[in-house]
Amino acid sequence: MPRLKLFLPLAAFVLLSLLLFRGLSLDPTSLPSALVGKPLPDFELEELHSGEILSRQDIIGEPMLVNIWATWCYSCRVEHPYLLELAAQGVRIIGLNYKDDGVKAIAWLKDLGDPYALTLADSEGMLGLDMGVYGAPETYVVDANGVVQFRHVGVVDAQVWQSLLAEWFPEFQSKGVAQ
Amino acid sequence: MIGLCMTVMTAQAVIETYEFSDADLERRYHRLSDELRCPKCQNQTISDSNAPIAKDLRFLLHEQLESGASDDEILSFMVARYGEFVRYRPGLDSNTALLWYGPLLLTLVTLFALALHLRSRKSVVAPVEPTEEEREALRARLAGSGGEQKVRS
Repeated sequence: MPRLKLFLPLAAFVLLSLLLFRGLSLDPTSLPSALVGKPLPDFELEELHSGEILSRQDIIGEPMLVNIWATWCYSCRVEHPYLLELAAQGVRIIGLNYKDDGVKAIAWLKDLGDPYALTLADSEGMLGLDMGVYGAPETYVVDANGVVQFRHVGVVDAQVWQSLLAEWFPEFQSKGVAQ
Repeated sequence: MIGLCMTVMTAQAVIETYEFSDADLERRYHRLSDELRCPKCQNQTISDSNAPIAKDLRFLLHEQLESGASDDEILSFMVARYGEFVRYRPGLDSNTALLWYGPLLLTLVTLFALALHLRSRKSVVAPVEPTEEEREALRARLAGSGGEQKVRS
């Protein structure tokens, strides 16, 4: 027994090492969204192009991606071509133009192409705030009932689509979109 | 010096100022903005971050304070949007129980270990009382030397 006692510090060290090693593999920037499993918040925002006032009821009804973007956001430009590809495959993407200038936003979509079925102009960032958005780009999966199923922070590319987003869109899953 | 630099940087980070209708609101504003964590910058409070989202949250905090919301209402508003993450003093639930009770638990374990250790040490170094015979021998020796014992160093 007294001999076994000598191994106590070693055991404690191993336990602590395991704990700290686990800590190394955690991503401190991954933030669980408080919105997952909850309905998309209500809103009344202008559509970017038409100026029509839209509410939550007008956009839900089928599974969709809600993509938060802005012209001031460099990474949004990076993911833009891939969003165009997804839209071409038939994935419904709603744009949320976040804290941006409407004129610049329209020019950007004209230049680079428009992957969005609709674009909500959230110039004050109020819907963004209700959704817990803390930067751009962010992409939310909203199901047919208007419930948020998933949130991805950062650029959407082929790998992110395949591994994280495609499962919510079974009809497009098999096709995949090549990069 | 580093501390001083940090203070200066913090002072520069927050540029906007708010007017409060009541000194108490201002006090609560400072307390809450020091407790709310900036979702974008991870290890800063919203009071010392200059990220746009932190600015928005400060704006919102001011609005809500002025409209008469209680601290609890404001905190649950923030938590509903950004999750428990936004609080530097998270509420007590199964996820945070270790965080809240861990230090107490560690203290108790340490005290327990210390008590065990002290007890086992006591039994080893228990003072040895001289027997009556030994005392007798000592006295005889002291008397024999006639009070001229030297102090040995």
